[in-house]
Amino acid sequence: MSSFLISSVSPEGSDPVDLLIADGTIVAAGAPGSVAAPAGATVVDATGLIALPGLVDMHTHLRQPGHEDAETVETGTRAAAKGGYTAVCAMANSNPVADTAGVVEQVWQLGRDAGWADVHPVGAVTVGLEGKQLSEIRAMAESRARVRMFSDDGKCVHDPVLMRRALEYVKSFDGLVAQHAQEPRLTEGAQMNEGVVSAELGLTGWPAVAEEAIIARDVLLTRHVNSRLHICHLSTKGSVEIVRWAKERGINVTAEVTPHHLLLTEELVRTFDPVYKVNPPLRTNEDVMALRAAVVDGTVDVIGTDHAPHTLEDKESEWSCAAMGMTGLETALSVVQKTLVDTGMIDWATVAKIASRRPSEILGLPDQGGALEAGAAANITLWDPAGETPVNPQTHVSKGRNSPYRGMPLPGRVSATFYRGHPVVLDGQLTTPLPA
Amino acid sequence: MNVPEHGEALPATTSRVILSTADIDRALTRIAHEILESNKGTDDLIILGIARRGYPLAQRLAAKLEQTDESFDARSATGQLDITMYRDDLRRNPARTPQPTIIPDSGIDGRTVVLVDDVLFSGRTIRAALDALVDVGRPRIVRLAVLVDRGHRELPIRADHVGKNLPTSSQEKVRVLLRESDPGQREENHEDCVVIDAPVASDPDVARPGKAATS
Amino acid sequence: MKHLLATADLSYADALSILDTADQMASVSSRSVKKLPALRGRTVVNLFFEDSTRTRISFETAAKRLSADVINFSAKGSSVSKGESLKDTAQTLMAMSADAVVIRHGASGAPQQLASSGWIDAAVVNAGDGKHEHPTQALLDAMTLRRVRARREDRPSTGMDLAGMHVVIVGDVLHSRVARSNVWLLHTLGARVTFVAPPTLLPVGMDQWPCEVSYDLDEVLAQRPDAVMMLRLQSERMNAAFFPSEQEYTRAWGLTPERVAALDATDAPTVIMHPGPMNRGLEISSEAADSPRSTVLAQVANGVSVRMAVLFLLLSGDESSPSLTDN
Repeated sequence: MSSFLISSVSPEGSDPVDLLIADGTIVAAGAPGSVAAPAGATVVDATGLIALPGLVDMHTHLRQPGHEDAETVETGTRAAAKGGYTAVCAMANSNPVADTAGVVEQVWQLGRDAGWADVHPVGAVTVGLEGKQLSEIRAMAESRARVRMFSDDGKCVHDPVLMRRALEYVKSFDGLVAQHAQEPRLTEGAQMNEGVVSAELGLTGWPAVAEEAIIARDVLLTRHVNSRLHICHLSTKGSVEIVRWAKERGINVTAEVTPHHLLLTEELVRTFDPVYKVNPPLRTNEDVMALRAAVVDGTVDVIGTDHAPHTLEDKESEWSCAAMGMTGLETALSVVQKTLVDTGMIDWATVAKIASRRPSEILGLPDQGGALEAGAAANITLWDPAGETPVNPQTHVSKGRNSPYRGMPLPGRVSATFYRGHPVVLDGQLTTPLPA
Repeated sequence: MNVPEHGEALPATTSRVILSTADIDRALTRIAHEILESNKGTDDLIILGIARRGYPLAQRLAAKLEQTDESFDARSATGQLDITMYRDDLRRNPARTPQPTIIPDSGIDGRTVVLVDDVLFSGRTIRAALDALVDVGRPRIVRLAVLVDRGHRELPIRADHVGKNLPTSSQEKVRVLLRESDPGQREENHEDCVVIDAPVASDPDVARPGKAATS
Repeated sequence: MKHLLATADLSYADALSILDTADQMASVSSRSVKKLPALRGRTVVNLFFEDSTRTRISFETAAKRLSADVINFSAKGSSVSKGESLKDTAQTLMAMSADAVVIRHGASGAPQQLASSGWIDAAVVNAGDGKHEHPTQALLDAMTLRRVRARREDRPSTGMDLAGMHVVIVGDVLHSRVARSNVWLLHTLGARVTFVAPPTLLPVGMDQWPCEVSYDLDEVLAQRPDAVMMLRLQSERMNAAFFPSEQEYTRAWGLTPERVAALDATDAPTVIMHPGPMNRGLEISSEAADSPRSTVLAQVANGVSVRMAVLFLLLSGDESSPSLTDN
């Protein structure tokens, strides 16, 4: 395998170093000019670039099997690589649902074959995401996919007894349950955040309390059975307060926020453009500010994209008929820079933590989220924080064109992504997948 | 000279008063006499002003007719015709809010209707007015009285009674200002007036009011 | 004004212009020749994704009195659950060279999407979208109120607004596009609005609306408002636990014979309005609906005039270029 010398790169925003990569590993790191490149090594001039551990997304919809018109493992992981991700968790709401060892192994194998990023399938908590019967969780955990995180994402595990059993059951292999917190009765027919804007537009409201009530219940259940809970896409100020309360009491809960909930608000719904329709819905500016603060104080652990590609026809319709979800893999780091770094709220070391290191810890991934030093796996993202480009979804490599940032200038770009020592992205362009 | 505008000011124009308050009054008096003469009195006479400036002119004409012939009741024989809905350029010109159409209680069937307007130009307004009239009733005779005829007809229409023939260039704009429809400060003798706005031309042979546009 | 989508973004000047034009349209309806040539050669499409015979007929009458050609396109029952058909339908209409599309749709925002999608070039008139807006209903209500005031004050309605009038709107505000369109327009025209409803039928997040809220109909009626507008109670709400029973609803929030008698006893000026169709015996009693205070039939007649005015104003000057040839 070839070797690469990344010269004068700033690891997580600190003083520049040279990094030498060979055989999928960082073999040397040192002050610029101090690392000798072996014969045949490719030198990547990374002056002005920031090196981050390859990003890890705990929340991706790759749509395969069953919805290959919207995305495939191949196109979704290309998008991941383009966005600086070296590992993604594929949510279980495919068709068939990822509720058996067979389906999770298939997705895992598709990821291996594609070679753009690690794919970790998420197992469904209940059979068919129907919230009635636990799926074969242990079989998925023991499969080649080694599933550790289970979620009915898209639907809430709303039956408290089932949720309790799931939390108890995953303890046997140190797994965790990722909850999509949405009380179903309070959100029947819900179309957008319930509040000032829904009142004016006459769209059925999705009240914050429907999220917060489930989170409150689940952190208490988690304490009661002493298990591990992860909250997907936290979206309200009240949710932040409950998670903070739980963490103060030592409850083993982690929380995720999406880039779009850090930037966009419900005001966009006034356009009735379904590109802004997402679940949980865009909330108020007050919620956005509370979520940013929660990242700063550690209440929120990770950034998860909730990348949800849809076909044009699923989005090009009346608001109430349109599918929920937005793409995110190729814009996530730009939004994080815009909302958290450029605002002075966090530094690049914290970006490395929330976008790579903490997700790896939560999922127990040994080769991801490591330090940028000799001996670590060479999963590295080179980020150019300079400049601003208006987002053009037509240029995205994801099949989904439903980016809510269409036309919006966003800062920074991925210059290179090294996946297990192989540059899947170089000079901002996809190259070749990791050779088998 | 202080000539107030209605509507927005045109760029680089010169304005000239063509008819003063007294000129307008004399013209209306003469028209009133012509109407009496051609109608052989005031029997069955209805005076319909075309909204907006035709209406005050119609009221003034009717008042003069009443002065001459006491059997003529100006109030009950005067009305207003709004032609907005009958225009042939509705697609191109944003509509103004229509004015009320006021038809005398007696109706217009079998009567002699004198349509009154301020300026006769292309003739399209009168064409629309004739259509509007058909939807209101069936007069025996329709005549047309205008304060100013500025030429440039686009339809085979002519006025029966004209206050003043005013040869103009098509670049010029003729404005009629009446105290009823165009309130605002004006100099003495110009409470009512007719004004010509001419573009300031680099070529002195072009667009001289009352002179050049007869070619 | 290129489209009429909502009263929330209708300016005072535009609202008055529509109402003043509607006054003139109303006079046409009393002539023997009830037709104007203004929209001759233009095509108006009534695109109804929801049944509403009344609204459709009102728009159809309005368009025909202006000499427009009318195409009724009922899309109900076709595959509208998958929204693609809105786009396909729009493009079909485009191919038929529609000049205006009057759209009624169960989804809030569908008219705005149609207007801003680029699928279609025609003027879009919202004839009711989901729980969002029903602007021509609010305009006909305003026209009715203006005429009530003109008669009371013995002056012409043209040019008049509703400053100082007190309008009480009673019932299912939560699900009502009529209530939403009315609150914005009445506020724009200067009226004071009071909503009266059970708390379950008021939307969360309406605190910033320009209105007062009460749960007590008798107390509000005792203020001798200029008008009380009863909203229709949709039958599907009755089983959804918004209130315990129809009887309780009627007792607390219905316009009962007793409440009409109370208005009569104080000689209150209050007129009784209803957008129709009425649920007699539920939100409104027959005594109220048929009382001399009722403006229900005037509202229907004014509906045609207002819709004529809207179609006329949207379709005149739509190819506008400056012209000085106006004599």
